[in-house]
Amino acid sequence: MTAPVTIRIQQVDFDIAHEIAALTHGRKDIGAVVSFSGICRDSEGDAAIAALTLEHYPGMAEAEIARHAETAMARWPLTGLTVVHRVGRITPGENIVLVLTASQHRQAAFEAAAFLMDYLKASAPFWKREEKPGGTCWVEARDHDDAAAARWTRT
Amino acid sequence: MKVKYFAWVRERVGKAEETVDPPASVRTVSDLIGWLARRGDSYAHAFETPRVIRAAIDHAHVKPDTMIAGAREIAFFPPMTGG
Repeated sequence: MTAPVTIRIQQVDFDIAHEIAALTHGRKDIGAVVSFSGICRDSEGDAAIAALTLEHYPGMAEAEIARHAETAMARWPLTGLTVVHRVGRITPGENIVLVLTASQHRQAAFEAAAFLMDYLKASAPFWKREEKPGGTCWVEARDHDDAAAARWTRT
Repeated sequence: MKVKYFAWVRERVGKAEETVDPPASVRTVSDLIGWLARRGDSYAHAFETPRVIRAAIDHAHVKPDTMIAGAREIAFFPPMTGG
């Protein structure tokens, strides 16, 4: 069978246990599921963060995640994959993003989850705006996110 | 062609999208950024540092030297900070 790929961008929160159950339900070929969740922190350095607001490029965000999901499926023997990314206002302690990778063995699932998160951060069109005591500001991209994605490039 | 702006590029330009009709001399993404930057103060502010501006044509990332001929939708935005 073709491994199921689920990609969703949504305002509402997600339930990690529910997403894992949906991915593995009725399956007996999955030996490993790796889950990564990104969560909103309450500080950045010394500055307190009251909330994040996430903007995205509808249409391209889904397409970009799908391209990387396809690359991951081709590169590792995955038996399923789920990516959920929230948009809108998110407060500290709330979920932002979820990546689930399923495979027969753990190594492929671990590596594919790291690959997907690195590419999601570096190239999926989402932008975070932080609410801090002094006002709001757009989060600046970090060079190490690009470097993290670049390490998967085969030379 | 339709042009879309996101995050602080959108805020500086003051609109999320518009339809533009650049002259034939505007051939690449980089040319289009230069042409847009001359449309007014808000555009000049949005595109004052072209090297940090990222672009996509029809939902795929492109480089500054990509030709824009045939593009239906071109988007400009800052480096991404999702995940």
